[in-house]
Amino acid sequence: MRIYVPNSAWIFNISGFIGSLDPTDPTSLHVEFHPRWVSVHPAVLAMTACAGLLVRQRGGTVTGDVPGVRSLPYLIRMGLFKFLDLDPGREITEHEPAGRFVPLTQIQDNAQLRSTITDLVPLLHAPPEVAAPIKYVFSEMVRNVLEHSASPVGAVVCAQYFKRSNRISIGIADAGIGVHGSMSRFHNVRTAQEAITLAMRPGISGATSRLGGNEFNAGAGLFFTKGIAALSHNYFLLYSGDAAFELLKVREGELLTLNADPRLDRHRYLTGVPSWPGTVVGIDINVEEGQNFADLLDRIRTAYSVDLKTRKKVYYKRARFL
Amino acid sequence: MITVGIFDLASDFAEDKDVAAKVRDTKIRPALEVGEEVILDFTRVDLTTQSFIHAMISDVLRVKGEEALDGIAFKGCQQGVQGIIETVIQYSLETTEDRDLDAGGSDTRPS
Repeated sequence: MRIYVPNSAWIFNISGFIGSLDPTDPTSLHVEFHPRWVSVHPAVLAMTACAGLLVRQRGGTVTGDVPGVRSLPYLIRMGLFKFLDLDPGREITEHEPAGRFVPLTQIQDNAQLRSTITDLVPLLHAPPEVAAPIKYVFSEMVRNVLEHSASPVGAVVCAQYFKRSNRISIGIADAGIGVHGSMSRFHNVRTAQEAITLAMRPGISGATSRLGGNEFNAGAGLFFTKGIAALSHNYFLLYSGDAAFELLKVREGELLTLNADPRLDRHRYLTGVPSWPGTVVGIDINVEEGQNFADLLDRIRTAYSVDLKTRKKVYYKRARFL
Repeated sequence: MITVGIFDLASDFAEDKDVAAKVRDTKIRPALEVGEEVILDFTRVDLTTQSFIHAMISDVLRVKGEEALDGIAFKGCQQGVQGIIETVIQYSLETTEDRDLDAGGSDTRPS
């Protein structure tokens, strides 16, 4: 494999990074960085770290050129070079005011997920409106990996909180069977693009053919996660196999709606791209001061219901809340 | 009547689906079988996931139908927790109807 970490790779311009991936040789990984400046989404870091873990676990070699870019301290603090087992050529000796972040973390079981979520709050030093969406997305997306992906390295996660712009960026990568591999067990999907489209629809699970899921899986995790990004006017990425879905920002003045069919969202597909051996999720969330995460979830709930066949009855009002 | 303290089992962020499934199988189902009321107490739970609530109550609702709500009460729910519970109740009972209509399965491939 070959990964080139460019000077800029965020969800809105990630096609260049994805297009430059070379997954042809799974027994080795060569990583190169832009020679002057690196500013990338956590999903890019999670993918790079995940690829490093995978190759090393297979007994392969990881090589790379690590130039003295200005953003090197950030990459070191995120833990990237530990995952790659590369020497960055310098050490961080003082606390860098690099921002608030959750460093690259490998999660392979339920206990590690719990401890990552527990450690997340003191790590971020952030208010609940910042911590809540990160905890929610980590939980839902990592459980997807642990339950469905058969990833030999589990999930690799990281997150960054940009206090000035009130934005959270989260990346999750695995090296498992991918969305197509998972969905095709119970659904008639021919391509990675069809599979990722179906996986984002509410009520469609990779664990059953039944609408609404089974007793353990609802098929709602990706829909909720995409909804969190959409309702905060931001980006979402789902990349698996040779296809990726990018949820784009809603234009100024355009009505913001949540669609059960992701093809009705403002979006872009990347197809025929270098095939990622697993699944990558990237998300950006805006967190306004005083914004209630519960309000946001409530709006997603409304959209979830409207996807199903014409509602005959409002059941939830019968529930008793004491 | 039995009360299940969710905070004690799942912390202030209730997301562990294994815990939820255990509550379903060891508390909710047995109680409903004998006509006993179950109170799911979410006091001190700040946040939960849709997956957690789904694993805890969805199948009970699908198996027993709307009447299962007569035997379950939700206590101490914050706004977000209540919203997620309502979501799961709604789609679980709706898809019970859909299952009846769609017996035999359907082609879910994107058109």
